[in-house]
Amino acid sequence: MKNRILKWLKGNKTKPLSAEVDVSTVPLSDEQVGEVLAQGQRVEPPQIAFGCAQSVGKQRDHNEDSLFALSLTFGGETRSYPLGLFIIADGMGGHQYGEVASGTATRTMAAYMIKAFHPFLADPSGSMNESIQDLMRAAINEAQRAVTQAAPGSGTTLTAALILGQQVTIGHVGDSRAYAIHHGGGETLTRDHSLVKRLEELGQISSEEAAVHPQRNVLYRALGQGEVLEPDIFTVPFPQPGYLLLCSDGLWSVIPESNIYNLIFTAKDLQNACQKLVAAANEAGGPDNISVILVQMPT
Amino acid sequence: MGSVYRARDQHFPTVVKLVAVKEMINRAPDPLVRKTIVQNFEREANILATLNHPYIPRIYDYFSEGNRSYLTMEFINGKDMEAVITETAGFLAEERVLNWAIELCDVLQFLHGHKPDPLIFRDMKPSNVMVNLQDHIVLVDFGIAKPFQVGQKGTMIGTEGYSPPEQYRGEAGPLADIYALGATIHHALSRRDPRLEPPFSFGERPLRKINPAISIELETVINTALQYNPADRFQSIEAMKEALISAGRKTGILNRINTKSVAGQSQGGIKPLWSFQCEDEVRGAPLYFDGSIYIGAYDHNLYSINAADGTMRWKFATEGGVVTRPAVFEENIFIGSEDQRLHVVNSRSGKVIWTYVTNGRVHSSPRIAEGHVIIGSDDQRVHAVNITTGRPAWRFETAAPIRSTPFVSQDMVYVGCENGDFYCLDFRGELKWHFKAKMAITSSPWVADGVVYFASLDSIVYALDARAGWAIWRFRMGKGSVSSPYVADGLIFIGSADNHIYAIDTRTAKESWRFKTDHQVSSSPMIYKDALYCGSADGNLYCIEYRTGRVRWKFATKGPITGAPLVYDDIVYVGSTDHFLYALLA
Repeated sequence: MKNRILKWLKGNKTKPLSAEVDVSTVPLSDEQVGEVLAQGQRVEPPQIAFGCAQSVGKQRDHNEDSLFALSLTFGGETRSYPLGLFIIADGMGGHQYGEVASGTATRTMAAYMIKAFHPFLADPSGSMNESIQDLMRAAINEAQRAVTQAAPGSGTTLTAALILGQQVTIGHVGDSRAYAIHHGGGETLTRDHSLVKRLEELGQISSEEAAVHPQRNVLYRALGQGEVLEPDIFTVPFPQPGYLLLCSDGLWSVIPESNIYNLIFTAKDLQNACQKLVAAANEAGGPDNISVILVQMPT
Repeated sequence: MGSVYRARDQHFPTVVKLVAVKEMINRAPDPLVRKTIVQNFEREANILATLNHPYIPRIYDYFSEGNRSYLTMEFINGKDMEAVITETAGFLAEERVLNWAIELCDVLQFLHGHKPDPLIFRDMKPSNVMVNLQDHIVLVDFGIAKPFQVGQKGTMIGTEGYSPPEQYRGEAGPLADIYALGATIHHALSRRDPRLEPPFSFGERPLRKINPAISIELETVINTALQYNPADRFQSIEAMKEALISAGRKTGILNRINTKSVAGQSQGGIKPLWSFQCEDEVRGAPLYFDGSIYIGAYDHNLYSINAADGTMRWKFATEGGVVTRPAVFEENIFIGSEDQRLHVVNSRSGKVIWTYVTNGRVHSSPRIAEGHVIIGSDDQRVHAVNITTGRPAWRFETAAPIRSTPFVSQDMVYVGCENGDFYCLDFRGELKWHFKAKMAITSSPWVADGVVYFASLDSIVYALDARAGWAIWRFRMGKGSVSSPYVADGLIFIGSADNHIYAIDTRTAKESWRFKTDHQVSSSPMIYKDALYCGSADGNLYCIEYRTGRVRWKFATKGPITGAPLVYDDIVYVGSTDHFLYALLA
């Protein structure tokens, strides 16, 4: 770039400046200015930005979703890595048990994780004994125990994202979802543990049939259900540039994915995007509780 | 929800008559649900009371007390099949499971033939099958058999696993019991609990891949029973029983004759395109450059061999064994030797360009990046050497010999050390982070998508965050490994001293498959097109479909293969301790 400008300057040395007088200019748009500003500038210290929103929806009288969001930044050191923990849980089980289940799962998991990272905060050079996936597994098992105790017979989905440095580790049970969203589209990172999804994967029913299937809310894996729990745990690079979206089925089963992506790309900021997503789900009828967390790692 | 007690019937004071008392506690707060639960219980009692079959427990009485209901029935002295599966070390004998399966067919045949209406058991699974002391089966728990609740959010079927797809639509006929029986036998033979697997995924876990001792005949019967589409299954339990009996006769299991395992892969089918004999063992790995294969041998030589016909172009003698892989940069070949040196030789002439001396044997292969050669040595240092001048740019001191090959990614150098230390250095040779495994890291690291993978003699495959060094996951193998991982298509492939080649999912750390060779796998795998190539100390080079772990062919050499193969342009090159370098059609 610099070379090209120099070359251009050299090449045009002989031309009088007045040659450019009749060139009219248009002010740059905010986007263009943003792009220019972003070039050559790094966000320091590395950090995780997020927005979140929640709504009971239009047809339920109480909220059985829970969400948790934590972003931790440590500035001033050369070796500093941001830490983020984001959880969405969608409880079920009638009466108040659904919210007890999702709340207990979320709190237990968050507390477990924070406790695990506590020594790491004091001394980042001390290496962790457990691998991150083992930690995630232990936290989910802990949440499972707590839910079984606090709300027997109930159940909850749980989708948790632990971001450390450039990698995001997902722990997942049920049919809440995590998406990696890039410019030009997105992909569902998680696999719904729902019967209908499984039938659809096997080609037994079409996606249209799945959308209206009477058993579409039937899960084959949930926290608090059954003694054996096999959560999906995996690690992927954080979508960069892009977003990580966590949401309950109150969002994804109501709005088509393409609309979700569009709303995110046209929003002013992360918080605005989350509010627009919740509003869109409510406009579409709001049949269920809606929870949304949108995460970005500015560079 | 309930318990089963062992009780004594006191109506018979002079003898000990044991009975089983099944207790059901009704905790449902909703009156309608409570009523349904009691009805189910009474239904079970009534069904059992009318049935008379040696494999079904006899019922004596039932009664309710408060929110508890009780059923007294014949006491079965034994264990449920699930306990038998879990408590048995290793696989259950095919013969034993086959006998159970035939007995279960008997009892299902009795139920399906019930008049006036056939009875569908609907809940066949190992925990509902008792195995008594005589090793006969008894079908218990007729109470859970119930129509599936069509649910809005709030009702869930638990972790199912054994029921066929149509049962979720409420269509449970005799063919549903056939599927569930197939699932039960599958669990018993494979030890894989279907409740821990995605529903209807038996097809992804072929029995004989998990337990190769199972006869192909029995596997075929189970597969038919587990067909997704009811029309593709046995159309009656009698048909399934017939098939099981004939499978047992064919394999001789029913006649208690041991079968020979099915013959292995065809031998001798693969002929090398050419072979080249060195003067000693070939433990190094080949490099292809410009029509030649470059490979080092224990005879101290680095060879340049015409890739087309296996004739020698030149050899360059070092003063020690060469067990590493050469690297190439601008027509020059770089090779480390046990003579403590890094040699740089012109690829055309075989003449030396420059030599760099370390203070220890070199078992690490050179890595070329950004104008430098990076190489480890038994002198406990990582050396970065200027590629044109041969002068050292920096050295990094460690506490043990370095025999792994450095990996360079995004301006970082990754290398493992013989005392279990693992280092991430920047391009100035400064330490970025450090990780400690419990034993030596001879395995050379691989970095992909911000994650560094390697194995250690401590039996673990590690996945570490490449920027920060913390463990993302660990995968435990049967024994330690000096094999270096190859990462492709979301899988990491690696050998181990436990004789296996593993394929592990990079995201989930779950084993995708494992392939058993007859000896330790110190060689490192390579992926080419849809196949994996890897040697074993059993002397074979294996070609394996990398997605499934199925062997396509193997090629026997006369000595252990410890070096990594190379595939270039549909030809695989591999050295063996039988002194030969072979070229085979991939």
